[in-house]
Amino acid sequence: MTDFLVLTEKILEITVLICLAGISIALILLLYRIIAGPTQADRAIALDAMGIDLMGIAGLMSILLITDKLNDVVLLIGILAFLGTLAIAKYLEKGVIIDRDN
Amino acid sequence: MTEITEIIINILTILLLLTGTFLILSAAVGMVRFPDLYTRLHAATKAPTLGIACVLTGAFLFLYVNESIVSGKLLLAIVFILLTSPVAAHMLGRAAHSQGIKPILKHRNDAYQEAIDNKRKMK
Repeated sequence: MTDFLVLTEKILEITVLICLAGISIALILLLYRIIAGPTQADRAIALDAMGIDLMGIAGLMSILLITDKLNDVVLLIGILAFLGTLAIAKYLEKGVIIDRDN
Repeated sequence: MTEITEIIINILTILLLLTGTFLILSAAVGMVRFPDLYTRLHAATKAPTLGIACVLTGAFLFLYVNESIVSGKLLLAIVFILLTSPVAAHMLGRAAHSQGIKPILKHRNDAYQEAIDNKRKMK
């Protein structure tokens, strides 16, 4: 039984590395959308998704380093990405459109 | 904690991490492949929300088993991302629509535009 426990811990370590690689590929694909996006809103959407992916990388690093010091970072990245997305959305809505109802 | 429980929670953590990574990666592929801003919005804000919830739940379980830490910050981050991601998606979609970006609609009308027009007629 102890051998099996050690085996699952090793598989878990390899899984964390695989997940880091997958999220890195996702970040590269989102970076393509940020550079090539036809409109500003496309870029804003890709930036929002990039913030979410960075939260995942911080969570995976806390598994890899076996520490809980990175949990503050996860929460802070989430809050900052949300506030940034809201600011960009407000700018896109009120800074450009002229024909408002009110 | 007995060994069999640790083994079960390790396997559960592995499954959660792999599911979350698959969701995040498929969302990024959708961001590249989809033709329209609104379909891209659908891809980029729906799947990664569940994916990041899975990854952070895996991290929470791992820290609880190996370090016996109950990390409230991770739980708070999960709740926060589940609450705020739909709000950000709604704001971005409305901003894009008010900027004049037309969706590609084959079988339906632009219902939001119709609602805006009806409101103008009422006034």
